Amino acid sequence: MSGDALGLWGVPLAVASGAIRVGTPFLFVSIGECLTEKSGRINLGLEGTLVLGAMTGYGVSLESGSPWVGVLAAGGVGALFGMLHGWLCKLPRVNDIALGIAMMLLGMGLAFFFGKPYIQPSAPMLPSISLGFWSDVPQVRAALEVSVLFFVGVALAVALWWAFASTRLGLIVRIVGDSADAARAMGYPVDLVRFLATAGGGFLAGLGGAYLSLYYPGSWSERISSGQGLMAVALVIFARWSPLRCLLAALLFGGAGALGPALQAVGVSEGYYLFYAAPYVLTLLVMALTVSPGRQLTGAPGELSVQK
Amino acid sequence: MSEAVAAKTALTAAPTTRGDLEVRLRRGAETVAVPAIALGAAAALFSLFLLLLGKSPLDFFALVARGAFTSWFSLQNTLQRAAPLLLTALCCAVPARLGLVIIGAEGALALGGLAAAGAGIALGGAPGAIVQLAMALAGMAVGGLWIALAGALRHWRGINETISSLILSYIAIALMNHFVEGPMKDPASLNKPSTHAIPDAAVIGTIPGTDVHWGLAVGLVLCVVLWLLMSRTSFGFAARIVGGNLRAAQLQGLAVGRLIVIACFIAGACAGLAGMIEVAAVNGRANASLVVGYGYTGILVAFLARHNPLAVIPIAVLFGGIVASGGLIQRRMGLPDATILVLEGIVFVAILASDTLYGRWRIFQPRSAT
Repeated sequence: MSGDALGLWGVPLAVASGAIRVGTPFLFVSIGECLTEKSGRINLGLEGTLVLGAMTGYGVSLESGSPWVGVLAAGGVGALFGMLHGWLCKLPRVNDIALGIAMMLLGMGLAFFFGKPYIQPSAPMLPSISLGFWSDVPQVRAALEVSVLFFVGVALAVALWWAFASTRLGLIVRIVGDSADAARAMGYPVDLVRFLATAGGGFLAGLGGAYLSLYYPGSWSERISSGQGLMAVALVIFARWSPLRCLLAALLFGGAGALGPALQAVGVSEGYYLFYAAPYVLTLLVMALTVSPGRQLTGAPGELSVQK
Repeated sequence: MSEAVAAKTALTAAPTTRGDLEVRLRRGAETVAVPAIALGAAAALFSLFLLLLGKSPLDFFALVARGAFTSWFSLQNTLQRAAPLLLTALCCAVPARLGLVIIGAEGALALGGLAAAGAGIALGGAPGAIVQLAMALAGMAVGGLWIALAGALRHWRGINETISSLILSYIAIALMNHFVEGPMKDPASLNKPSTHAIPDAAVIGTIPGTDVHWGLAVGLVLCVVLWLLMSRTSFGFAARIVGGNLRAAQLQGLAVGRLIVIACFIAGACAGLAGMIEVAAVNGRANASLVVGYGYTGILVAFLARHNPLAVIPIAVLFGGIVASGGLIQRRMGLPDATILVLEGIVFVAILASDTLYGRWRIFQPRSAT
């Protein structure tokens, strides 16, 4: 079959595969943020963590020769950043939202600072699984190349959902997030739980960053993320703080993000930048539709400052 | 009438006039001392960062001083960079008085610059002053509406304004790219897609005796005007009530939504004006040079100034200088240009962490209150 046998049918196919390909970093950041927000704190700095994770993952993969070491290093750096946020927010009168902005700028600054030498060379990439072996059409085969990390993300989302619903640890995080006073009265260390939840959230966002630089788009540059980390924070609100709904929302946003490149691939280059803006517009729209003033959303952690 | 009630409550809550001076002095000293401590701590942390990389912090700060402040040439360069920072800092500082954290100045600046360039090109033959006025109005209107949208979404839809303003900022930059590389592109601009140049008559000149353009004066005047607006008018008073206690503002019947939208419009208009000035005084056309981080540095300036429009002035000059010395540091110390971003990030984290120091030392507390 010839290369453009699919014609315009390539667009929905590319959007569907893009939903997975572009949506995976959204998935990691959003379940990470979901964990942090369930404990009653918001970390807006995950955009910076994502970029820093992308740089670290790429650099370590290049130096060590193993992309998986890079992924772990990215998660580790993300966890460190989460710890810094979690520790500083513990201090009285420190605002978690404003601190998130600062951490975002610091993360990007550090990533650009240390990332300069890694812009040119090519690091070993993460493997993918071919689910398209049954098809002869090259586009279908290409579309069904799915990163191993996507399945890791799905497993983590399910595990997190299960942990919140039916484990003691998940219950403690939810108590801390819903009422710090109640948690203190029951003898749970509120600050420690939030510290760990923010560190865990940072770890997951770091993994998302490693996906960006080690799988798709698969290189390190200073423009590797433009707001995915922040959109993922908005996405958690849309998903009403459920890790499973985070998975669905991440796929939806991934599809929106894949629309521009998919249209460009079939020759529609007019208004490329407008399609590029689609996920941002979608974010505002879904927030306008899901949130409403003066009403607590179902599932919203009671201690969350973004809700007040 | 509602404002009179609010004024009365504020008066009864305030200390008596005798203790007033002492309270003001001690509080004032605290608001200077705490950021100074934070700046010192940030400088120490950044020095440690440089030492770990085997670079000399002394060289760094000496180069910042040389590249930013010690010669007339470098000082002019600093003031040139401070001009947009004054305006983008106001974009964050004004809504902050109402308790809103708006971080979308980068996008409002880009769209404002684009709209200003469009207005300037459309009015090609008109006298310079009229073109400049139209450009400024276009930039302010577009930037203002953009940030006002974030305020409106916050008030009527309950959407967090920090997230929405940054997302709007990305949309604004995408829109600017669309117009600069599409409908408004000058076919002659191949390497760096740009709009057509604005007419020569509309270019903003320099302040006599200097190389600094008039945009700096505009920024300084706006800082003073907005300080007066926020601290000396009933609008500013109402705005501060909204920021201090939203519930109280609603109970007093203040039009909270209108206040929020107006304040956000003013904020966005400042950023849009910054874009217009960058187009009319520096670049001569709208292109990607508008998106170089003035919006983000402006957020830091506003937080360091504790959202006081007057305090924005010295801090914008300080950071204008740090940004201006970036090139020199890159050449002399072999450090990447992102070094400035790291320094800014450390300062930002330190200044927010220092919020915890307020009220810790008795020397800053009025005796009557303890």
